[in-house]
Amino acid sequence: MDVRADKVMSLAEAIKTYVKEGSHISIGGFTINRNPMAAVYEIIRQGIKNLHVYAHSNGTGVDELVGGGCVAKIEIAYGGNGRAAPTCIRFKQAIQKGTVVHEDYSNYQMSLRFHAGAMGVPFLPTRSSLGTDIVNKWGFSRQMRKDDSKLPDDKLIVMDNPFGDWANCAKVVLVPAINPDVTILHVQKADRQGTCRIQGLQFCDVDQAKAARNVIVTCEEIVDGAELRKDPEYNQIPFIHVSAVVHVPYGAYPSSCHHYYDYDPTQLSDFAKAAKDDGAFKAYLDKFVYGVRDHQGLLDLVGAERLAKIKADPRTGYATGLDRK
Amino acid sequence: MEYTLRELMAIVAAREIKNGDIVFCGTGISMVAAMAAKHMNAPESVIFFETGAIDSALEEIPMAVADPRVMYSAASCGGLLDAFATMQNRITGDRVIGILGAAQIDKYGNMNSTSIGDYYRPKTRFSGSGGACDVASFVPRYIIFMQHEKRKFPVKVDYLTSPGYLGGNGGRERAGLLSGGPSAVVTNLAMMRFDEKTKEMYLANYYPGISPQKILDNMEFSVDISKATEAAPPTASELRVLREVVDPQRIIL
Repeated sequence: MDVRADKVMSLAEAIKTYVKEGSHISIGGFTINRNPMAAVYEIIRQGIKNLHVYAHSNGTGVDELVGGGCVAKIEIAYGGNGRAAPTCIRFKQAIQKGTVVHEDYSNYQMSLRFHAGAMGVPFLPTRSSLGTDIVNKWGFSRQMRKDDSKLPDDKLIVMDNPFGDWANCAKVVLVPAINPDVTILHVQKADRQGTCRIQGLQFCDVDQAKAARNVIVTCEEIVDGAELRKDPEYNQIPFIHVSAVVHVPYGAYPSSCHHYYDYDPTQLSDFAKAAKDDGAFKAYLDKFVYGVRDHQGLLDLVGAERLAKIKADPRTGYATGLDRK
Repeated sequence: MEYTLRELMAIVAAREIKNGDIVFCGTGISMVAAMAAKHMNAPESVIFFETGAIDSALEEIPMAVADPRVMYSAASCGGLLDAFATMQNRITGDRVIGILGAAQIDKYGNMNSTSIGDYYRPKTRFSGSGGACDVASFVPRYIIFMQHEKRKFPVKVDYLTSPGYLGGNGGRERAGLLSGGPSAVVTNLAMMRFDEKTKEMYLANYYPGISPQKILDNMEFSVDISKATEAAPPTASELRVLREVVDPQRIIL
């Protein structure tokens, strides 16, 4: 909880301050939408390793973090990235080679886990996954869970409905709360204190923020707090949850940011192509991540022409008619 | 009229959607099927996505459930908690038909979208459940898209990601799940359904020009083919909807 009036800082400083070796982190967005990509690239650039990542379906960002060698453990519902990579390619390789220890949940379960963390309860129940291997197979062993004070002893617990037949339900699955050390979000608008306005789908961003000890917000625009407070019912995250505010135009690129820009099909498919081969992937990272100082450097490489193509149409919020083949 | 098997798959699935259904929709061909149904047999169906968008206008075909194209002119844009609660809640959930896909399916409709081989060091890793396990757990009926290949119809799935009928009749109820389950499997060769008593998969319709034997040759387990009839080919108006209204850019088809 942080009530300072001005939390604006550079992205490099925000990442250095709040993301440490071994941190438990989550990122906002979903597959090809509003992933905090500038922050992801900065984590890779700073060489922060051994992260524990909590993900529902955070495709693009999670795959780059895994590919950048930053991730040791991952609890995840879905590693896919739309058409360019139905299964995220570096994620797929890391699991097949055993270089990342993984635990599988469903999307609703991961959402409930963030929600439980935001609420301050140890778990929440659901009727999902009874009879499946999500219940039966544990990626993290009992011993590993026992040895790590930041992990609950159980992946999940199946329980008889303690209210008997109430709600016509015999059993529930209890999923444990998540409280990340840091959650990183990219939003359309924030003020200097950290109050956020998200346009379009919110995915799990709000719970991911409220569950975290620290929240880094990158935004398309820093706006006057008084402006946001004219319509406070449209603000989803009040400043009390936020630790750092960073102004990063195109901060979700190459994923989309509703009413600002679409996803870039070319960059996503170039990334997918490179990700299939270790040499090509190293060249990709050298060019787009290590080879540039910051996100503006990456945008300069991409070029104004490509960015113009994905500019959002004010009517639809996306780039109407964009060639997505 | 000429058509591709992929077009027929989308049409066969679209015909399963009833007017007034709430359609839980994934990516790819399931989106095409749901959109086609809205322009054909189910104009009052409501398409929604796990990302939280309900009744999107879908002027352009989305390529992912988080594509900004699902947000345009939707009734509301919430989040994942809203979307899954819509299915877990019996008031709305009982009206939902899901459309799913998987890497493997067994004779009881149990699906694997997680991995092949050892779970810890898999031969092939897939995306994982996403919302599939939630949908399969919650809704009274769902359609599954599959490619008809032996390895995709194994006796036992390598990892049971999303529940079908589990061990057969009564399996879901014994596990504590809501009743319901898969109503149809739509493949590139046929449509399969599940026997009311045993909950085992059987061949319901084979596509024009495809023999029931060819279908059996592409499955590891055997199914009853005695009730099978030929599927109706797509009509000119169904094809027009697919090609001119739903996917004119031919992004999915």
